[in-house]
Amino acid sequence: MTVSEQGLIVPDSGKLDLPEYMKPQPGNHPPLDSPAYKSTALRHPKQPLVLLPQRLTEVTGPLLGDGLITMADADLTTQHAGEPQGQRIIVFGQVRDSGGRPVPDTLVEIWQTNAAGRYRHSREHHPAPLDPNFDGIGRAITDQGGRYRFITIQPGSYPWGNHYNAWRPAHIHFSLFGRAFTQRLVTQMYFPGDPLLPYDPIYNSVTDEAAKLRMIAEFSMDDTQPEWALAYRFDIVLRGRNQTIFEEPHE
Amino acid sequence: MSELLTPSQTVGPYFSMRLPWPEGPYVVPEGTPGAITIYGRLLDGAGEPIPDGLIETWQADPAGRFAHPADPRGPVPDGDLGFRGFGRAPTGHDGTWKIVTLKPGPLPFGDGRTEAPHLDVSVFSRGMLDRSVTRIYFPDEAAANEADPVLSVVPADRRATLVAVPAGENLLRFDIRMQGENETVFFDL
Repeated sequence: MTVSEQGLIVPDSGKLDLPEYMKPQPGNHPPLDSPAYKSTALRHPKQPLVLLPQRLTEVTGPLLGDGLITMADADLTTQHAGEPQGQRIIVFGQVRDSGGRPVPDTLVEIWQTNAAGRYRHSREHHPAPLDPNFDGIGRAITDQGGRYRFITIQPGSYPWGNHYNAWRPAHIHFSLFGRAFTQRLVTQMYFPGDPLLPYDPIYNSVTDEAAKLRMIAEFSMDDTQPEWALAYRFDIVLRGRNQTIFEEPHE
Repeated sequence: MSELLTPSQTVGPYFSMRLPWPEGPYVVPEGTPGAITIYGRLLDGAGEPIPDGLIETWQADPAGRFAHPADPRGPVPDGDLGFRGFGRAPTGHDGTWKIVTLKPGPLPFGDGRTEAPHLDVSVFSRGMLDRSVTRIYFPDEAAANEADPVLSVVPADRRATLVAVPAGENLLRFDIRMQGENETVFFDL
């Protein structure tokens, strides 16, 4: 570490070697202006975006350690004295980057409705019952292989007023940090075969058909536990770095 | 070989079940010597407050360091451990959010130029299918802002939307306008 003439802390080598995160393919993320999802109308930038180079602030990010987390946070069925109503499910998967590297030690936060399609939230007015034994919130830290695992309840569908007879497909909200500000992602996990998917403007805001399928979990008979719970695998892919010649090839 | 990314989706209206933490707005504990409060309103294209938004900030410490392995300048000395670098604040019914932090130091850009002190900001809300990214610069850094390699590529008549406004002792205001007159500059990262 060296201090420059201007008082800046600069690397000893004088060179600032930083990773570079690849841009998403066009259509991989939804457009911020998506007219079928009406609330986007007044909430998307209209002026052209300005290119932000990836420098120190962008290639670093919060590394939120497990001080925040207890094991109970990843099991949404044991947060109260009694068991919640509904179908118990295991939701698990790997967080990795687009180059196939696992993303370890990263915070995964989730929130969802109960089995009846009701969120525990003061602004929620859907006339479905609350479950005194279910809050619908969880968090986990990925392990060294980028893996996470939640135990929860199959969420329900609910009406949302975007258009006539609008119902959200069942989903679980996911929030991820990755290892850099550039990798931050908030998404939703959907369930295979949900008949509401073709009608949902939020799911269908993603224009690339293959990218859309990334948001649908895969039912796993292998991980389903006899006499206990169904299992769904949901791998999450964050932006990856451009490879340099110094890095080892990997799967 | 590069895989497709998991697409972004909106945080929806109910993220406040999970995402806000009691300590979220405190990048440093309240009462830390030199702490500043940055607050502002998040406004939609009709100029109405966005009451279901979430603001996240990420920044260097006062010496311009990051406690992160991608910072090639090495580990941060132990004295800076009370500093979190990350802030997370939901907006209130009137669209107002605030964080308590320390002013970051300037950063080497890598080509001999210097980045002026700044915070990176992610804006989330119902109706936003992906985050919008902006930056907060400081009003007492006119010369550094003038030379900043990012601000200098922003059209001159829009730069002021990225500079916080003095609002009292240790207090700065930074309103975020998604659209309309004085729409905040947002970045393609």
